[in-house]
Amino acid sequence: MKRIAIEKLFIAVMALLLTAPMLSGCGDDQDLGNAATTEKTAAADDVKLSGSVIVAGSTSVQPLVQELADVFSEMEEDVEIDVQGGGSTAGIEAVISGVADIGTVSRELSNEEKAYGLALHLIAVDGIAVIVNPNNPVSDLAKDQIARIYKGEIKNWKEVGGPDMEILVVQREASSGTREAFEELIGLKKKEGDKTVSMVRSDALIADSNGVVQTQISTKKNAIGYMSLGMVDSTVKTLKIDGVEPSAGNIGNKTYSLWRPFLLLTKGELSPEAQAFIDFIKSEEGQKIVSRNYISYTAVQQ
Amino acid sequence: MDVISIKAAVAKDNAAKITGSSNTHAKPKKIRNVFERAAEAIFFISASTAILSVAAISVYIFTQGAPAIFEIGIKDFLFGTTWMPSAEEFGIFPMIVASVCGTVGATVIGTVIGLFTAIFLAEIAPRWLASIVRPAVELLAGIPSVVYGFFGLVVIIPLIDRHLGGGGDSLLAVIIILAIMILPTIISISETSIRAVPLAYREGSLALGATHVQTIFKVVLPAARSGIMASIVLGVGRAIGETMAVILISGNTVQIPNALTDRVRTLTANIALEMPYASGLHSKALFATGVVLFVFIMTLNLILNVFINRKVGE
Repeated sequence: MKRIAIEKLFIAVMALLLTAPMLSGCGDDQDLGNAATTEKTAAADDVKLSGSVIVAGSTSVQPLVQELADVFSEMEEDVEIDVQGGGSTAGIEAVISGVADIGTVSRELSNEEKAYGLALHLIAVDGIAVIVNPNNPVSDLAKDQIARIYKGEIKNWKEVGGPDMEILVVQREASSGTREAFEELIGLKKKEGDKTVSMVRSDALIADSNGVVQTQISTKKNAIGYMSLGMVDSTVKTLKIDGVEPSAGNIGNKTYSLWRPFLLLTKGELSPEAQAFIDFIKSEEGQKIVSRNYISYTAVQQ
Repeated sequence: MDVISIKAAVAKDNAAKITGSSNTHAKPKKIRNVFERAAEAIFFISASTAILSVAAISVYIFTQGAPAIFEIGIKDFLFGTTWMPSAEEFGIFPMIVASVCGTVGATVIGTVIGLFTAIFLAEIAPRWLASIVRPAVELLAGIPSVVYGFFGLVVIIPLIDRHLGGGGDSLLAVIIILAIMILPTIISISETSIRAVPLAYREGSLALGATHVQTIFKVVLPAARSGIMASIVLGVGRAIGETMAVILISGNTVQIPNALTDRVRTLTANIALEMPYASGLHSKALFATGVVLFVFIMTLNLILNVFINRKVGE
C-alpha cells in the first residue's frame, strides 16, 4: 500500500514539474514583451522603431487598418502590427484594460465612454449604405420610411412603392458600431427609464458581420439591410436616401447624412511605434490609401 | 470528449501491447522499471491535462454564471421569454426551445439516415462500394463547421426561401445542417458496433430461415444496440454544441418558434454573438447560459456512460 502511495506521489510531482514550466512560460513571455515596450518608450526618438502594436475593435474599420498596417510594415520592417476584430465596444474595452494599444471604433462614443478620457483620432469617414436585392425595383426611400420599416410599422414593399411582398428586415448584432450609428442616425433609439433601448422590430434577422449582411441581401428578394459603404459590391443595390446617392462626394458636401467616423482610441502615453503608425495613417500618404474605398477625414473637417 | 475517451481506450490497448512486447526482451530489471515509471508518468500527465481543463472550465463557468442565475431569478432566467440585455431582461426560454428543437430534429433525421448508412456499409455494400462511401463519410467529418454554415447560407436557405417562404433562415435550416453534421459520428460508431456483432449470430439467424433483412433488424441491430445508442448520444452532443454554422443559418432572432420556417437563436449562438462586448450582469448571464448548456451536456454524457459500460449483446 505504501509503495503505491509513493508511486502516485512521484507521478504527481512529475506531472507538476513538467506542466509548471509551460504555465510560467506564458507569463514570462508577457513580462518580456512589456519590459521591451517600456524600454523603448524611454529610448530616444532617433532609435530605429521595432516591436509590435496591437489594434483591436470594429470589424468595419478592420479591413482599412489592415491595409494601412501592411503598407506601414513595409516601411518599418521591424514593427509588427496585429489587427484584430471583436466589435467597436470590445475595442473600447480592450484599450481601457490595456490588452490593445489602439482601439478602433466605427461610431461616435457615448457620454459614458467619453468619460474614460481616451484620446480620439479621427482617421476616416465611412458611409452606411442601405441595401436591397438587385431585383428589388425600389431605389429611393425617405429616412422616415426606413425608420418605420425597421420599427415594423411598414411591413410590405407595396407601401413604399415596391411589389406586393413582405419586407424582411436584416439587423446587425448589438455590439456592431454600424448598427449603433445606423440606429442613432435613423432615430431608432428610445429612452426607457435610465436605459437606451433599440426600437427595431424584435423578429428581425440578425447577421453578425458586414459580409453576412451582404450575402443575405444578395440571396433574398424581399430583404433590406445596411452595411459599411466602403465594403459594398455589385451583388446588392444601394438605396438613395431622400433622393441622395450614397457616395464619397455626397458625404463630403453633407447631403448624404448616413455616415459615421472611424476613430482610433488610445490611452495615456503611446509607444513610439503606435505613435508612428497613427501619424502615418493621418499623413497624406495614409489618407491616399483611405480614399481608395473610404473617405478621408479631411473631407468632413471644417 | 467521448471520442477522446474511446481513443484513449484504444491507446491504452496499444500501450499494453507495447509494454507487453518489451517484457519478452530480457532487459535488466532496473532499466525496465525506469522505462515503466517514465511511461506511466507520461500517461498520467496526458490524462491530467484533460481532467484539469475540464475542472478549470467547470469551476470558471459556474463561479461566473451561477450567481447571475440567482440574481436574475431561476424562474425568470430559465422561463423568461424576453432577452433584452440593454433593458436588463435576461430570459433564455426561447433559446432553450430553439436548441432543443434543433437538436431533436437533427437527431431524428441524422439517426435514420446515419443508421441506414451504417447498416449498408457493414452488412450490404460490396467491398468496393463501401471503400468509396466510407472515405466520403470521413471527409464529411473533416469539413470545418463554418463551411457547413456558408453552404447553408448560400444553398439551403435560398431553397427554403423559394419553396416555403419566410426568408429561409430558420429552424428548418438549422435542423438540416445539423443532421448532416452529425452523420459521420453516427455512421462510424454504429458501423463499428454492427461489425462487432459475432458472425455466429448472423449464421444462426440465417440457418433458422430468416432473410438477410430480417437478420439485420431482428438479430444484428438489437445486438449492436448499445453502440448505436452511444453514437446517437454523441451526435446529440455535437448538435447541441454547434455554434458557427448555426449563427450563419438560424437568423439569430430571439423568439419561440411556431413553425419550422421561423427564425431562432440557439443557446450557443447567443453566447458567441454577445460575449465579445458584454459586461457586468449581461456577461454573467451569458456565462449562466453556458451553465445551462453545461448541464445539458453533462446529462448527455452520463447517459452515454451507461451505454458504453454495457457490453454488446447484453
